[in-house]
Amino acid sequence: MRYAMAMDTKKCVGCADCVVACQTENNVPEGYCRDWIVENVDGTYPLLDLEIRSERCNHCEDTPCVRTCPTGASHVIEGGIVKVTHEECIGCGACIESCPYDARYFHPDGYVDKCTFCDHRVEAGDTTACVSVCPTEALTFGDLDDSESPITKLLKTRKWKVNAEEAGTKPQVYFLT
Amino acid sequence: MKERLFTSGRDMLNIDPVVNAWHWEIPAYLFLGGLAAGLVFFASFYYLRGKEDQMPTAVKIAPFIAPIAIVLGLIFLLLDLKHKLYFWQLYTTIRLDSPMSWGAWTLGVVMPLSVIWPLLYLDDLKKYFWNRNIVIYEIIDWLEKLINDFDFTKTIMGWFKENQKAIAWANIILSVILGVYTGILLSAFNARPLWNTAILGPLFLTSGISTAAATIMWMAYDHYEKVRFSRIDLWLIAVELFLITHMFMGLSSGTSASMDAAALFLGGPYTVVFWVGVVGMGLLFPAVLESMELLGYKVPIAIPAFFIILGGAIFRFVMVDAGQFSKYFFQ
Ligand code: SF4
Ligand code: SF4
Repeated sequence: MRYAMAMDTKKCVGCADCVVACQTENNVPEGYCRDWIVENVDGTYPLLDLEIRSERCNHCEDTPCVRTCPTGASHVIEGGIVKVTHEECIGCGACIESCPYDARYFHPDGYVDKCTFCDHRVEAGDTTACVSVCPTEALTFGDLDDSESPITKLLKTRKWKVNAEEAGTKPQVYFLT
Repeated sequence: MKERLFTSGRDMLNIDPVVNAWHWEIPAYLFLGGLAAGLVFFASFYYLRGKEDQMPTAVKIAPFIAPIAIVLGLIFLLLDLKHKLYFWQLYTTIRLDSPMSWGAWTLGVVMPLSVIWPLLYLDDLKKYFWNRNIVIYEIIDWLEKLINDFDFTKTIMGWFKENQKAIAWANIILSVILGVYTGILLSAFNARPLWNTAILGPLFLTSGISTAAATIMWMAYDHYEKVRFSRIDLWLIAVELFLITHMFMGLSSGTSASMDAAALFLGGPYTVVFWVGVVGMGLLFPAVLESMELLGYKVPIAIPAFFIILGGAIFRFVMVDAGQFSKYFFQ
């Protein structure tokens, strides 16, 4: 099993429904978020290119955040989902410093928090909260080891990129372009 | 003109617009760790070479600062944690991949060992502080009486004295590990392009040793020892300058992320504090003063010593701060 997400930059309108859905589903404290919207404008006027992305933890294959964690609070579970055990986290910030995507934050209660790919929903056979609410169906979540899954097919047929590939973490959130 | 505009809808504490998870505690911790490592190293090194009487400050006097620095460092590390009550979890596992983990362990082991060393030289410390600082003198005196009051403490001290050579060897190994650790802690974080350079380890190590050498030089009462440490410091400054040049050459010929990181110091927001504060005030200025001293001019040794120590501290603050400023993504 290798869970991953595909994010269609051609479909995303930046409505931030995914952000709100995540905050509600996961009780994210006010002023914080586990996923967020980024807008990129590129080019020479008037030939400007606009790209909107919904970003989150990339549940990287090669996880610097897990490697640098001194207590083992940051760990990888079945399907490659990267999680933090709150009771083991001492809030040293090592994992925050080692994530090239700044996907982690200090929860006001002291521990580090981040996207969990909604593992509690996924375990129950459901999909993630952000995917379930996206009105344009720009988000696809699934198992890359399953050749029949929609995400595997998308990545076969569409062009894609990942964020900051040069950071060497092998991110598992794919941006369809 | 080609435009590039990056807008993030996020504004999170300590994360946006740049990561700011580590504040003053971590650089202070790194500075104290480097200083303690240097002091312990010099003490055991000269002791093992039989230079106890030629280098009395390095072997007998200065090492009393090491345990104080280490305890302070551990307190700062604790202060940096957001989940403070859980700090003990640092000592429930050893994770060799995580520099935070083995560093905390090293400090935990070095701490008790570094207390032993100055206890072996209480008499010399008393003599040193007799006309310098009466409060410290009284504390040491009290401590000595306390040890002599009980038979078992006397036995333990006797045992330490007999095995001082073994302790010195353990100290030398641990001080090297500690020094290297304070250096490579930052380089283990590839996510920050500025820290992602192999030069940073040796550079922090050298700078840590040089702050220790400066401390010993400052405290030394014997001319021969002062001159020796002044020379050592000059050498270390030369090595640091070489490594700094090397670091910038490496960064500026790397990827665009590391070039951006180098640019923070070459015209960017950290230019003045780095080149004036660290290189000018902390390296070149004391180097000139020390060379003058060695050439026979009278310079109060406290001045170069102070600036070397201050420069070493600023260097750590700048590197931790600027590192968090540098990132793979355009802002
Ligand atoms: S995106 Fe960051 S937090 Fe998530 S797995 Fe990768 S390195 Fe770790
Ligand atoms: S902040 Fe918590 S999860 Fe992150 S590295 Fe430290 S102990 Fe591990």
